[in-house]
Amino acid sequence: MSAPAMPEKVAGISAVKFEKFGLRHYLICLKGVVLRECLRFLHQRERFISSLVRPLIWLFIFAAGFRQVLGVSIIPPYKTYVLYEVYITPGLCGMILLFSGMQSSLSMVYDREMGNMRTLLVSPFPRWFLLVSKMLAGVSVSIAQVYAFLIVAWFWGVKAPPIGYLMVLPALFLSGMMLCALGMLLSSMIKQLENFAGIMNFIIFPGYFASPALYPLWRIQEASPLLHKICLANPFTYAVELIRFAFYGQIEWLSLGVVAGCTVLFLAAAIIAYDPSRGLVTRKQDTGGNG
Amino acid sequence: MQHVRTSGPGDQSAALDVAGVSHSYGSKRALNDVSFSIAPATFTVLLGLNGAGKTTLFSLISHLYDTRRGSIRIFGHDVSRASGEALRRVGIVFQARTLDLDLSVHQNLSYHASLHGIGAGEARQRIAALLDIVDMPGRQHDKARSLSGGQMRRIEIARALLHRPSLLLLDEATVGLDIQSRAGILATIRKLVETEGIGVLWATHLIDEVEDGDHVVVLRQGELVAKGKVADVIRTSGATSIRDAFSRLSRIEAAGIAELSP
Repeated sequence: MSAPAMPEKVAGISAVKFEKFGLRHYLICLKGVVLRECLRFLHQRERFISSLVRPLIWLFIFAAGFRQVLGVSIIPPYKTYVLYEVYITPGLCGMILLFSGMQSSLSMVYDREMGNMRTLLVSPFPRWFLLVSKMLAGVSVSIAQVYAFLIVAWFWGVKAPPIGYLMVLPALFLSGMMLCALGMLLSSMIKQLENFAGIMNFIIFPGYFASPALYPLWRIQEASPLLHKICLANPFTYAVELIRFAFYGQIEWLSLGVVAGCTVLFLAAAIIAYDPSRGLVTRKQDTGGNG
Repeated sequence: MQHVRTSGPGDQSAALDVAGVSHSYGSKRALNDVSFSIAPATFTVLLGLNGAGKTTLFSLISHLYDTRRGSIRIFGHDVSRASGEALRRVGIVFQARTLDLDLSVHQNLSYHASLHGIGAGEARQRIAALLDIVDMPGRQHDKARSLSGGQMRRIEIARALLHRPSLLLLDEATVGLDIQSRAGILATIRKLVETEGIGVLWATHLIDEVEDGDHVVVLRQGELVAKGKVADVIRTSGATSIRDAFSRLSRIEAAGIAELSP
């Protein structure tokens, strides 16, 4: 069905000749969404600082305190005994992605009725593309936070081979997308997760502690076989291991497979759940509009 | 009751065609079988008190909500089935402020341009031209936070025009503004209809924003209670003025009449 000819007037606002969207237009849109998120992040220094404080507290205080309590034997990818702060650094990278991803995905769901998401969602590009672009933008900012953390950790003595700093990038990207999509899926489907406290209590803390972020899986298995099984069923476990191995220039194929598979699965499910005719949005409408 | 334009719902040449649209929030019916269409290059006022269903209707037209009952077409493009084609032809100014306060005017507008696939170079040219049109020349580098409410609205109007839409939707665009800002914005929009041939749907509850030559659509509690030219609405409602007509159609008690003015 074609639209009637548009009126052509003086300043040309109405002289509409729409070309079909091609790859170039999609890239312009993606670039715009990512750039905006980065600009916002640069303008909110307190957000940047607070995002760094949390993992640094774990690194400086928690790791120092537990160094003597928790021994870490030689397990891949480590070739020697490592200090506890060295062990938990990949987990703390995962924690940054976890917090940041959950926060941004929650805001995508909760702020749907607010300005920023509204302007995004009335774009003529397909909704799935807009949501993926928004997630990519959020993950880009998370990755910048992780690298800032790794720089501080480097000065603290947590150093990886130079190739590790490069190889960890795709691992961070994939893990970030998986966590962002998971956050959006869960907060779209479960009413109790519509606020950050719910996300913290039901996703971030269980997800973080039931993983090898703070202690190796073999230690967990010794302590509780059931908890070990839970850890193995936790996608965050594989994200942490993917980051840990990449940080030392290696690929942990099982983790890569699980994280990649979960990313695709969660992303597809999150986009479907975000559809206005389903999931949370339908319920949110129950509260009524204002006009 | 006659339609806003002479053609009826389903008209392919209409800038906006709303046909039999209903919408509910759970068990609460927000819109009930609303039908009207507006012609290109006309100024149509969507009148209704708070809770009449104006914002719900805007959310449906802009595809924020799915239209489950009825259909909405923008220049013949179904908002549900061809939302991309429909949304390319419409510019929207939401009731709530949607500028990012941390960013500059240029950054806000560039972001919107990218959401319509407009490259940086072309966006820069359009932004400069549109800031002239909305009477904010050379303000590209001002922080959005530093602008007054009226200036923010002007920037939002420039943003809504950036992708050269043929239909402009404005939801309570003058709420919270002083008289001078309101008059200025209204004049800018009316001029756009005249000079650019843009169709405008202007949602408001302020009756003094209606002029004699306008088309009006009146909503009351989700029901369409009148539509047509101002004179027609006055006549068919048996009123003496559009203010009187709106009061009667909205069944406003005497104490509530003050709400029709800012």
